[in-house]
Amino acid sequence: MNTVPVIENRFWQHDAECMPRPQLESLQLQRLREAVARASALPFYQKKFKESGFSPDSIKTLDDIRRLPFTLKADFRDNYPLGFVAVPRSEVSRFQGTSGTTGKPTWTAYTRGDVDRWADLCARFLVSGGLRPEHTVQISFGFGLFTGGFGLHNGIQRVGAAIIPISSGNSARQIMTMQDLRPEVLICTPSYALKLMDDILSGNIDRASIALEHAHFGGEPWTESMRERIESGLGIRCWNNYGMAECGGPGIAGECAYRNGMHIQEDHYIFEVIDPDTLEPVKPGEKGEIVVTPLTREAMPVLRYRTRDIGIVYDDGECPCGRTTRRMSRIMGRTDDMLIIRGVNVFPSQIESALMQCKAVSPHYMIEVSRPKALDEITVHIEMEPSFFSDSMREMQQIRENIDRAIYGATGLHMVINLVSPNTLERFEGKSKRVKDLRNLKF
Amino acid sequence: MKIKQISLFLENKPGHLNAICRTLAKAGINIVTLSLADTQQFGIVRLIVEDWERGRDELEKAGHVVNVRDVVAATVNDVPGGMADLLDAVGAVGVNIEYMYAFSFRTNDKAILVFRFDDADKAIEALKRIGADILDASTLFSH
Ligand SMILES: [Zn+2]
Repeated sequence: MNTVPVIENRFWQHDAECMPRPQLESLQLQRLREAVARASALPFYQKKFKESGFSPDSIKTLDDIRRLPFTLKADFRDNYPLGFVAVPRSEVSRFQGTSGTTGKPTWTAYTRGDVDRWADLCARFLVSGGLRPEHTVQISFGFGLFTGGFGLHNGIQRVGAAIIPISSGNSARQIMTMQDLRPEVLICTPSYALKLMDDILSGNIDRASIALEHAHFGGEPWTESMRERIESGLGIRCWNNYGMAECGGPGIAGECAYRNGMHIQEDHYIFEVIDPDTLEPVKPGEKGEIVVTPLTREAMPVLRYRTRDIGIVYDDGECPCGRTTRRMSRIMGRTDDMLIIRGVNVFPSQIESALMQCKAVSPHYMIEVSRPKALDEITVHIEMEPSFFSDSMREMQQIRENIDRAIYGATGLHMVINLVSPNTLERFEGKSKRVKDLRNLKF
Repeated sequence: MKIKQISLFLENKPGHLNAICRTLAKAGINIVTLSLADTQQFGIVRLIVEDWERGRDELEKAGHVVNVRDVVAATVNDVPGGMADLLDAVGAVGVNIEYMYAFSFRTNDKAILVFRFDDADKAIEALKRIGADILDASTLFSH
């Protein structure tokens, strides 16, 4: 465990972040009971409770959480659009949603109180990661439904710093803004930070013209080696935080000045780590699937959300920063085949159904993810259907364009389309391994 | 006097073109001319071979994606305007050229071009009218 802070150790809500464990746990128990009571207003949970014979008022200890049903991503789809909203529409003050993919988003709703607590949760990790009221922050996250944009915006506003809501894209304009308004803090996806860094370093830009000191990343997985690269390349500190739209967005966990993993905001969330096959808890300190129960969300009282994220909750004593909350590792992978590409969630099944619309290709395909430069790239290898092969380049290009358009329509991303000969791709028996991740992300 | 052209789908990977040529060589089929159209991701090989039917069968047996099309081989006077006359003639009857390529050898002072027209018969008629020399398969293979 690191015992030396990399920056000054500060708090946003000191008493909540440093609450003695017994007091924190009794607060968790009380809030868990309230969360279960709110959830029991939803038909989805009423049915689940009935099936398992669970009585909502039978929560006596924190361990009783294991008697609650899990909630899956698919449950949101099955109860689309607002099956998890437990308050009257008049009390909803905000909708956000899952980013990127077209088709139906997963909606997440907030009451006024939810938005208020969310701002404080974001302020906690922003402040522990260097944000000060006198700073200016460039938010290069896409605004819109993505929880990252407005979530961080509210947190920064709460801290009292100035915001440049520039949104994503147009690197030249991003860098110009950094030079002209001199923000100290940058918010973006880690892959976009790599791109900006490459443009700054190769663009003959005087580092002294840029005032950046900190960056807070989100929206996609990243690694310690990326942190080292960006920190040494730009001479800044990069900070990690954790969250997902289904449980309220960013602010669920974040790093402190000592960087001993991310402190889980346990007064608002209960974390479990389970074996995704047996659904039993893993041994303390072991890797497993993170299961999150928000305790204070009013609009959407989700119970035991199976994130599909693989990580560790550390069990090695208190952090020298003074926070009493447990800490989690970086996300080390996923239990499903979801890919996170340039901040967009992509399921191979989306690519598959897009390919099925294209007559010219066979159902045999392979998805390859790489990071040739800074940005992730997906190559889809597809076997040609022989009857569609043409001697005309124009017609062949048309086939490729049709595939590209279908995939873009399904995922919102352009991919490299590589047509290959029939019977050349690997065939699978049983569970197929159609996705090759060559990004070599080491966690 | 249309000529059968075999085209093959060429993947963007080393050795694919080689494999095609080897398949034909093993079967003792002579390649009369070969032209390649490619992009970053894939290519199309166009071949005129002696005994196109056997060529097609052998290539398909070897797992290649093959298609057979009619093309027209015509000689073009190697003088300024020779090509333009030819294009004018087919253009005038509303025939489009999908693509064309030069044959690998010449005859006397004339270049041989291979054309893929959208309407080969109509193009041949128009070309004959301006006195162009349309080659048949046996003439091609005798070179
Ligand atoms: Zn700490």
